[in-house]
Amino acid sequence: MDEEYDVIVLGTGLTECILSGLLSVEGKKVLHMDRNDYYGGDSASLNLTQLYRKFRPDQAVPTELGRDRDYAVDLIPKFIIASGELTRILVHTDVTRYLEFKQIAGSYVYREGKISKVPSTEMEAVKSPLMGLFEKRRAKKFFEFLQSWKDDDPATHQGIDLDKNTMAQVYEKFGLEPGTQDFIGHAMALYLDDDYKTKPARPAYERIVLYTSSMARYGKSPYIYPLYGLGELPQAFARLSAIYGGTYMLDKPIDEIITDDDGKFVGVRSGSETVKAKQVVGDPSYFGAGKSADGGKVRVVEEGKVIRAICFLKHPIPGTDDSDSAQIIIPQNQVGRRNDIYIAMVSSTHNVCAKDVYVAIVSTIVETDRPEQEIAPGLQLLGPIYDKFISVSSLYTPTSTGESDGVFITRSYDATSHFETVVDDVNHVWKRMLGKDLVLKKRDVEVEA
Amino acid sequence: MADAASGSTERSVQVKLVLLGEAAVGKSSIVLRFVSNEFQANKEPTIGAAFLTQKCRLEDRVLRYEIWDTAGQERFHSLAPMYYRNAQAAVVVYDVTKASSLEKAKTWVKELQRQANPNIVIALAGNKIDLVTPSASSSSSTTAESEDEADDATATPGETATSGEPESLRQVPRDEAEAYAQEAGLLFFETSAKTGDGVVEIFTEIAKKIPIDQILASTRGGAGRPGAASGRAAQEGGVNLEENSAKGKDANLRY
Repeated sequence: MDEEYDVIVLGTGLTECILSGLLSVEGKKVLHMDRNDYYGGDSASLNLTQLYRKFRPDQAVPTELGRDRDYAVDLIPKFIIASGELTRILVHTDVTRYLEFKQIAGSYVYREGKISKVPSTEMEAVKSPLMGLFEKRRAKKFFEFLQSWKDDDPATHQGIDLDKNTMAQVYEKFGLEPGTQDFIGHAMALYLDDDYKTKPARPAYERIVLYTSSMARYGKSPYIYPLYGLGELPQAFARLSAIYGGTYMLDKPIDEIITDDDGKFVGVRSGSETVKAKQVVGDPSYFGAGKSADGGKVRVVEEGKVIRAICFLKHPIPGTDDSDSAQIIIPQNQVGRRNDIYIAMVSSTHNVCAKDVYVAIVSTIVETDRPEQEIAPGLQLLGPIYDKFISVSSLYTPTSTGESDGVFITRSYDATSHFETVVDDVNHVWKRMLGKDLVLKKRDVEVEA
Repeated sequence: MADAASGSTERSVQVKLVLLGEAAVGKSSIVLRFVSNEFQANKEPTIGAAFLTQKCRLEDRVLRYEIWDTAGQERFHSLAPMYYRNAQAAVVVYDVTKASSLEKAKTWVKELQRQANPNIVIALAGNKIDLVTPSASSSSSTTAESEDEADDATATPGETATSGEPESLRQVPRDEAEAYAQEAGLLFFETSAKTGDGVVEIFTEIAKKIPIDQILASTRGGAGRPGAASGRAAQEGGVNLEENSAKGKDANLRY
């Protein structure tokens, strides 16, 4: 470990692995380390042995669940939105060649005690119980307005300024009922709370367009999912990094971030070995997350908590037409909360568990000191739960940008339903590290014999 | 024999083949010999090449090998599970002049048996026999001097065996390795990436053992990509990220 690197990357979560891959392609000499003996960090997918080791170290894995190797249980519940930025990165870096994807079968929304599918075809829309006949007409006008919007053509604006008018004003103009607003804002724009309503409408407009274009891309839902679990994503980007010369070391405890007298990054220490680099980037757990200041320098701050309950079911979720996968959104208004509750479910169709097992993760942003009670409305929708693993995770954000000390820290995985905020973070960190915007170049490498 | 079969429009079966073995045993060189019939002493690490592909014709069947190199991730025991995922074949390489490399090969075989597809066809290849074969017996090899090609930039120091009695350099007797291979159910070869001896045979013998009909059946005929596969929607219900992007752009907004 005497060599000197351009960048040391700590942690093999998705954010770090995308950065590592892109940095290696850029020509940087990268050393990528993880304290765990598996890839993925907080965004890993674990087999049963690893899952029990993490949550219940004292308990043996029940044999009834089947073969260990059939399992890849995600730690964070997210899907890939088909027309989003992560898809663009996957295609541009050609990392898609290591992965296979399937659609998520449906997205559902909770309303007045039951769940309904977010319509993905005209036929489903006509039959959907989510709106009455007249409301459907009003909603149609609203969507036609969004669809035909052109920034440079005032005739399409119908008197609305997306950068000035609030979303509440847009809803009001089209006379949409509160239930429809919930549906659009939470099941389509995927806002976790209602703060967006009082802000200019453009971001909501963009999110609805992202949702509908993603829905149109493959048909059933706006989401796709990698076979063998989300943990394949960091592995695929790690391979990209390795192919471009990145060095990988798993199972490597990181004991110290070494800085000089001015606080500038020098290197990292693992046991008695020290390795130097110009910059370091890593997830919050390597920079004092969850520790008090006396256990080394703390460079991150907590900005909230998320509760996640990984549930094993022996049946599909009731009301989803026996779907092999689904997202269910419980809008906050429906259950008297400030933040939505999400359910993400996948199954053996996605090669993440044994046959006839379904893995559902119920999650929300913690609002009280009894988080388990907060997810009860979600757990109730699942039917009998074979077993569940509950975790409450802090969301950390760096206290400084890293530009002055060469220490760049990524953000924790948030409660949103897809990876778009992860890509935002990649873009921000890249800009801080390299002083320029990330521009994706198409990779063209296959050696054909 | 392997056949480049360029320009062929016939359907071929895609077979994911992974390479394993200690650093500097000649993994990349074996593939380079197979794919391009070349050998480079002091080979540079493979940068930017995700896989090599090579067609292999076998009587009436054509296999298209998608060959995955370790990209150096084996150096610190950091190969991802993705690497083994859906591999139908593996070539585990050791260096006949280095006894410890066979021990390492055995641990890779165990790892494959634990992690990989249960039907995987594994070949054990003892490389660098040009170093231990009298030069006369090897037509294209002029001398038995150093074959110190670096694999994945991890050339092992002190390995530049130069002159002397060739047989004395051998640390792994053929009998011993072959007996192990037989016991573990592996195909066995001794090879020289430098001279080409035994290299093509590895791939043709693997091709004979691959259950092609089964692969064709499971991937619905020909177009299948049974390896981890490029998002070309090999499996039923799979999606291709590179398709449909235009469709998404002018999607109808509907409720």
